[in-house]
Amino acid sequence: MTIALLFLAAILATLLGWLLKQTFNAAPWEAEVVGDAAHHGPFGDDKAKFIALLTFLAVVCSFFALILSAYSLRMDLGDWVPMTEPQLLWTNTVMLIVASAVFQWTRNASVAGQQSRLQPGLLITGVLTLGFVLGQFIAWQQLQSSGQYVTTNPSNAFFYFLTGAHAVHIIGGMFVWARATTKVVLGKGDASEIRRSIELCTIYWHFLLIVWLILFGLLLQT
Amino acid sequence: MAFAVVLILLVVGSVVFHLLSPWYFTELASNWAMVDFTVDITFWVTGGVFVFVNLFMAYCVIKFRYKKGNRAKYEPENKKLEVWLTAITAVGVAAMLTPGLIVWNQFVSVPEEAHVVEAVGQQWHWTFRYPGEDGKLGEVDNERISSQNPFGIDPEDPNGQDDVVVYNPEAHIPLDKPVKLLLRSKDVLHNFTVAQFRVKMDLVPGMDTFLWLTPTKSGRFELLCEELCGIGHHTMRGAVIVDEQDDFDNWIAAQPTFAEHMATPPGDATVGAAQYAVCAACHGPQGEGVTALNAPKLSGQSEWYLKRQLDYYKNGLRGTHEDDIFGQQMIGMAATLANAAAVSNVAAYIQTFPDNPAEKTIDGDTDHGAKLYRVCAYCHGGDGLGKQALNAPRLTGMSDWYLARQLNHFKDGVRGAHLQDFYGYQMGLMGQSLHDEQAVSDIIAYINTL
Amino acid sequence: MSYVAIADRDHEQEHHDPQTFITKYVYSQDHKVIALQYGGTAILVGLIALGLSAMMRLQLGFPDEFSFINPENYYQFITMHGMIMVIYLLTALFLGGFGNYLIPLMIGSRDMVFPFLNMLSYWVYLLSVIILIISFFVPGGSTGAGWTLYPPQAIMQGTPGIDMGIILMLVSLAVFIVAFTMGGLNYVTTVLQARCKGMTLMRMPLSVWGIFIATILGLLAFPALLVSAIMMIFDKTLLTSFFMPAISSMGTDPGYTGGSPILFQHLFWFFGHPEVYIVALPAFGIVSDLLSTHARKNIFGYRMMVWAIIAIGGLSFVVWAHHMYVSGMNPYFGFFFATTTLIIAVPTAIKVYNWVLTLWEGNIHLRTPMLFSIGFIFTFIHGGLTGLFLGNVTIDLPLSDTYFVVAHFHMVMGVSPILVVFGAIYHWWPKITGKMYNETLGKWHFWMTFLGTYAIYLPMHYLGFAGVPRRYFAMGNTEFLPDSAQDLNAAITISALFVAATQLLFFINMIWSLTRGPKSDPNPWDATTLEWQTPDHPPKHGNWGHELPEVHRWAYDYSVPGYEDDFIPQNVPSDVAPAGRDHGGEH
Repeated sequence: MTIALLFLAAILATLLGWLLKQTFNAAPWEAEVVGDAAHHGPFGDDKAKFIALLTFLAVVCSFFALILSAYSLRMDLGDWVPMTEPQLLWTNTVMLIVASAVFQWTRNASVAGQQSRLQPGLLITGVLTLGFVLGQFIAWQQLQSSGQYVTTNPSNAFFYFLTGAHAVHIIGGMFVWARATTKVVLGKGDASEIRRSIELCTIYWHFLLIVWLILFGLLLQT
Repeated sequence: MAFAVVLILLVVGSVVFHLLSPWYFTELASNWAMVDFTVDITFWVTGGVFVFVNLFMAYCVIKFRYKKGNRAKYEPENKKLEVWLTAITAVGVAAMLTPGLIVWNQFVSVPEEAHVVEAVGQQWHWTFRYPGEDGKLGEVDNERISSQNPFGIDPEDPNGQDDVVVYNPEAHIPLDKPVKLLLRSKDVLHNFTVAQFRVKMDLVPGMDTFLWLTPTKSGRFELLCEELCGIGHHTMRGAVIVDEQDDFDNWIAAQPTFAEHMATPPGDATVGAAQYAVCAACHGPQGEGVTALNAPKLSGQSEWYLKRQLDYYKNGLRGTHEDDIFGQQMIGMAATLANAAAVSNVAAYIQTFPDNPAEKTIDGDTDHGAKLYRVCAYCHGGDGLGKQALNAPRLTGMSDWYLARQLNHFKDGVRGAHLQDFYGYQMGLMGQSLHDEQAVSDIIAYINTL
Repeated sequence: MSYVAIADRDHEQEHHDPQTFITKYVYSQDHKVIALQYGGTAILVGLIALGLSAMMRLQLGFPDEFSFINPENYYQFITMHGMIMVIYLLTALFLGGFGNYLIPLMIGSRDMVFPFLNMLSYWVYLLSVIILIISFFVPGGSTGAGWTLYPPQAIMQGTPGIDMGIILMLVSLAVFIVAFTMGGLNYVTTVLQARCKGMTLMRMPLSVWGIFIATILGLLAFPALLVSAIMMIFDKTLLTSFFMPAISSMGTDPGYTGGSPILFQHLFWFFGHPEVYIVALPAFGIVSDLLSTHARKNIFGYRMMVWAIIAIGGLSFVVWAHHMYVSGMNPYFGFFFATTTLIIAVPTAIKVYNWVLTLWEGNIHLRTPMLFSIGFIFTFIHGGLTGLFLGNVTIDLPLSDTYFVVAHFHMVMGVSPILVVFGAIYHWWPKITGKMYNETLGKWHFWMTFLGTYAIYLPMHYLGFAGVPRRYFAMGNTEFLPDSAQDLNAAITISALFVAATQLLFFINMIWSLTRGPKSDPNPWDATTLEWQTPDHPPKHGNWGHELPEVHRWAYDYSVPGYEDDFIPQNVPSDVAPAGRDHGGEH
């Protein structure tokens, strides 16, 4: 459980630090005049979705940190046989890195108002991400055909669980991506709204890339 | 006002209840007096807080209840008071935690000289293993468990050969000797609890856990499973008997070792045939049972069950209740079997009989019976053929009138009342959910359809 | 995500009140309606769990007197009772119900930041409840593994409901977690982003603080339950060995190897302990506001109260293994977890002191909500103190897995939060419905519930001392127990049935109030918090009419010296003394 604890310590420390900064010196019963800024959230106004996304990422972090805790506890139990990861995972990883990079490029273009770049950027990202998910699925098929089933060893079970859970999060992100892309392709929707959507998606893609790199590194190591 | 009075009465009542309660720790029978001491300290600290804070609250409710024209005091906070309260609380907490940690330290440090007893849990049964003369327990593995080798001991391991195996839920330990109980489970979680010893620990499949204690009183102490282990959880009882050293030595010398257990020859049916002649008078030449003589069908019943019941009759565990008229008859009959080998020969001979279903004499509502039988099926199987691992005999195709009589005997405590008849006790507990004759008939009518 | 939060819109934008029944009560994005949906569903499913507990008590009090109870369905009753009460009633009611109703109103917002997500959260919650209910009717019935669902027995033969029952239970939990996460993201974002002008964090009522911190706990802790639920579904359906070691089950080898049941327990309690505070913290917050309002006095030590909530929340993540002292985990963990567990008693004690000190020199109105609040303090002190027994690793040795544990957690997590729930419902009933409830009936309801539950749980501790194990269908003959233990059990059962029956008073009161109750004042308790200052009563969709309120003071300006009224609402400017309003008599 160390991993989960370390992660939680980090989140809670951040939260506590911020809360204490907000609250420590306040003497709330003194009815002093409070400036306009007081009721704005920690990231200023108009950032509700951004905060919601950050909170959601914390939840996802907790989810993966707990699986990894279980992973490290289960690993020590004697019957663990490390699994050889399919080579295809390297290709998939490259695809996801490029997808993330292209998303960043698209986001920059969107912020800079270069509308013409949005469509190709989003489409390329989508194809690459879809390629990643398909690639993961093919990797599963390869494992199955070489006799590496989910029950063969706990390391296999964790491999399927981790990659599956990660892919589900990516597919969830694809829905939001699909909405933004549809709007761009059809030329409908409010430009600033699309921009915000792309910004949030980019963060999510980077986040899932980092999660994947950590998972992949760990899977290779053990 | 009434509210405050009730609060005060509740506080006083709680204290009085505590002082007068006949329901409290049973008399201690182990070295863990420190556990009781820690509980006492905690009672003093928490009891003080309980009384003081609640009485203070009751006082506030009386003194500061609403009166027209009154006005509450405006006091956002009082740092000094809050710091004091925090400090006092911290002291109180430390006063409880310190003995707790000291005792726990003793609990996790098993004395070097402690001898080892292994308690093995399974659904819903306790068994025990002693390391034998070499003082070492043999390797075990749940995957090796079979009806022949119920402990799963590695037959190749020399340490295991002299292990003393006790395949029944009664353990003996010597008085005043520290004992380390190694705990192991075959299937699901269980928990080893003897209330008088104060300590308990879970049995976890796949790993060994332990607890230790020094028994300080001789006698028989009930062993309970206290971790939910399925539908028969409440029937998973056993006993720990604390003996003087001599008694213990005699007892353990009489128990079989693993090597002896494995070397026991199977029953010899041809020898058994001769001895069966006595039985045949009532149970019939082919063990088909004779209703008129109140002798149930034996053919088709599993060997292990027949052996156990014969042993029970021989050793006075069954048939000793005054209302068990036919059981009393069996005591004399079983006595004609001189020893364990004779019992096993007869049981083996009975296995050679053709197994024709007994005549069906009981009618009932089979749909209702099917519902009731769901509970029985957990041990006796959906097909009613019995499961040795659960000590559950076959029901299907056996004499139905006999099943009905035994169910009633279990319910009424005519059978299973002997302290050492743990399986009978289990049936007593389970049989209680059948409420009347009709329920018994329905369930047996259903068994007749299997 | 194209929907725009109502709070983000300009206030010129009109908030049409939905017209048809469907849009008003079913397909509604109004946080108040969603709160009622959440609350209503939770209470309904809670009544089922109450019925289950009555069945258990019948068996325990009068063993084998009732032919409809057998060991199989008994274990199903205890499992579903526990699971429903903890997750589907208390968690959903405090966060989905009170959280939804109170957060936007108390912080001066028009709605949750993501109303559509909020509505979705309820519908997904309802789905999880439906899946849970279905599990009663599948072949084999619902799971009987105990609410902790410990493997291996949760999925091994010998336990009821190991086929569809356990799978539906786990799926229902996973769906519930999805619903909770949707709601939770909303509550956190709303508290952080949608507070009205002047509402600094330290001016928020403690109710909001409690719900806010509890939501954060839930968001971080529920994934542990999700992870363990998914892994157990794998172990059950795909025969993986995450939690399942090599075992010999009833003489057969089910084919598992090498897994660890303890691993499940770690994951489960990593969720399970914070879960206690997910329920307790909102109750702490709400009861603070109730006490302050009805004692006409500011909550004592507000800052300490906020920090205590935060400290308890943080500490609740490092105490989980105190549920596992005798589980067979490495016994050296006991030192660490006993210490952290007893440390958590300090901030908790501070909260109790501050509640009692809030009464000190107050001007206490003993109305129904106040009775429930003070009753809560009493039962919570009792439950908290018995927690010091169980949290202390040594004392857990004799008491773990006995009725002491059952009595303790019902006192601290059953009775106490439920008293707050009732207090809160009576307190906010006039705001929600615009009608007053019947004070006499309310008081009767309190007395019977409070005294009845105490008569259940105080003696139950002593059954635990005597050594009666929990989760026993029947004790049978046991030498070390006095025969009178069974009489005590019977008395407990009678109290329990009595308490269950008196809950009718509550429903009678509510129905009476809705049909015949007098109209209530907009602010019948002379409370300071924003929800009582809405322009409409009860508040309409959008809450605040044309203009969002502006906050000038904290939530506890009661009996401020120099003001005529004994309360100053949060939205009264600091340089204006409130006009002496006429509140139409005393209460």
